[in-house]
Amino acid sequence: MLLIECPWCGPRDESEFAYSGEAHIVRPLTPEELTDEEWADYLFCRRNTRGDHLEQWCHASGCRRYFNVQRDTVTYRIKSVYKPGEPPPGDRP
Amino acid sequence: MQKYSFLSLARNALTYHENWQRAWRSPDPKPGYDVVIVGGGGHGLATAYYLVKEHRVGSVAVLEKGYVGGGNTGRNTEIVRSNYLWDEAAHIYEFSLKLWEGLTQQINFNLMFSQRGLLSLGHTLQDLRDIQRRINANLLNGIDSEFLTPEQIKEMVPAIDVSPRARYPILGASLQRRGGTARHDALAWGLARAADSVGVDVIHNCEVTGIRREGGAVTGVDTSRGFIKAGKVGCVTAGNSGVLASMAGMRLPLESRPLQAWVSQPLKPILDVVVMSNAVHAYISQTDRGELLCGAGVDSYNGYGQRGSPATLEHAIAAIIEMFPRFSRVRMLRQWAGTVDTCPDACPIIGLTPVKGLYFNCGWGTGGYKSTPGSGWVFAYTIAQNRPHRLNEPFSLERFATGHLIDEHGAAGVAH
Ligand SMILES: Cc1cc2nc3c(=O)[nH]c(=O)nc-3n(C[C@H](O)[C@H](O)[C@H](O)COP(=O)(O)OP(=O)(O)OC[C@H]3O[C@@H](n4cnc5c(N)ncnc54)[C@H](O)[C@@H]3O)c2cc1C
Ligand SMILES: [Zn+2]
Repeated sequence: MLLIECPWCGPRDESEFAYSGEAHIVRPLTPEELTDEEWADYLFCRRNTRGDHLEQWCHASGCRRYFNVQRDTVTYRIKSVYKPGEPPPGDRP
Repeated sequence: MQKYSFLSLARNALTYHENWQRAWRSPDPKPGYDVVIVGGGGHGLATAYYLVKEHRVGSVAVLEKGYVGGGNTGRNTEIVRSNYLWDEAAHIYEFSLKLWEGLTQQINFNLMFSQRGLLSLGHTLQDLRDIQRRINANLLNGIDSEFLTPEQIKEMVPAIDVSPRARYPILGASLQRRGGTARHDALAWGLARAADSVGVDVIHNCEVTGIRREGGAVTGVDTSRGFIKAGKVGCVTAGNSGVLASMAGMRLPLESRPLQAWVSQPLKPILDVVVMSNAVHAYISQTDRGELLCGAGVDSYNGYGQRGSPATLEHAIAAIIEMFPRFSRVRMLRQWAGTVDTCPDACPIIGLTPVKGLYFNCGWGTGGYKSTPGSGWVFAYTIAQNRPHRLNEPFSLERFATGHLIDEHGAAGVAH
């Protein structure tokens, strides 16, 4: 069971949260200029990282706000939590 | 290969079963192969077997980072069926079910394939409409499928609670009589032995760490046991497919999630069909050893740890106890999880890639055990002919760009 620290409410049980997928995916500003392949990549392809993964969670049964989590997908250890708009930890391509 | 038969059993009994041959060799990797298959699960082993058997490919190796069947092949809940909704899916799963029906004989290994019948329960009016629709679609595709009323369900499964006051009232079910279970270890071992017997090198403890390419074509793989040259490479690594894809500079529409199962202490026979429920995300059967074998829905977040979330487990157990109140005091024996490669439309990806000589077979997610022989068969065809077979053509990677998704969430959404 994960213990997730909501930036607003503090540490809570995993069952209070909803997972919302990979973080920092930006919707293309000009979809009409993309090829079908580029659009498919935005829509469907994911990093699916084995290791440190940046992901969104929503405190669904609490304050109902979204935030970002850096979590190791092999050990499930949560390394950091940060609010939307804050920069992700570490270097990222 | 030493043939397994009543006679060989009797003969070996005379020597106290001390002279059985190893089921398959464990060779060191050769410097190169015509085809290298990455991943020694059922799908990889079946692919290698059919590559030699059906397509006469000269030299084939299966590289497995751990041991054969240590991935999802040896972790699933063993459900085999073909009652999928859409034509594309129905065709490939039915093709696979037909192969299952002759597989024990073909590979001379008792897979304990038991077509004991499989019930999919409906708990709401909408469930019933979906079930009727799927039954009709199945019948049009020549797949056996029938509707059962709550009374008929109760007759078949006396332990189930069909009273209208149940937490998840049971309003009806679809039944596929040809569906059932097969022992998953037997499938892994039987296919490893069959592949070995036609000359495939099944290599354990050999992790692929890189896919080498030159001028857009694959040349071989780097492994924990050195570089291995390959004319063609087929990746069949289920939950780790994204990792393999990134070695070749590709991105896939997959997310790797934990999927859990568990068994109870052994009981006397009480349940002789498979019962599943999409709505409550739980399914149950009884093994020949007497254990209740149950599975949950897929976990909500990505994870490669082969460990699941207790919340998901608890939800599935609660649902099963609601449906089978008398199981509430049965003790759980073991629980485990696998890493499944979930695809946005709950259908696999089988086919060519932008890299010449590199092929992927993945995305089977929560339900690829049943398709193991069929998947291996079409993937072997695809690799040998360098083009998809009619059956796997709809399952290309391109479908995400063309928009021709095959939405099997209704029939496959829950695990199995
Ligand atoms: C709990 C659970 C219940 C399930 N229940 C059902 C069910 O009832 N019915 C059903 O039809 N399906 C079910 N499934 C799904 C089914 O098990 C899988 O879809 C299927 O077994 C996939 O087979 P595979 O051969 O592709 O993968 P796997 O058996 O996972 O084989 C992939 C292999 O690749 C190896 N590998 C990974 N990376 C590397 C590398 N870099 N180098 C070398 N080797 C590597 C792994 O070690 C692994 O052995 C279930 C799955 C789980 C986890
Ligand atoms: Zn909160």
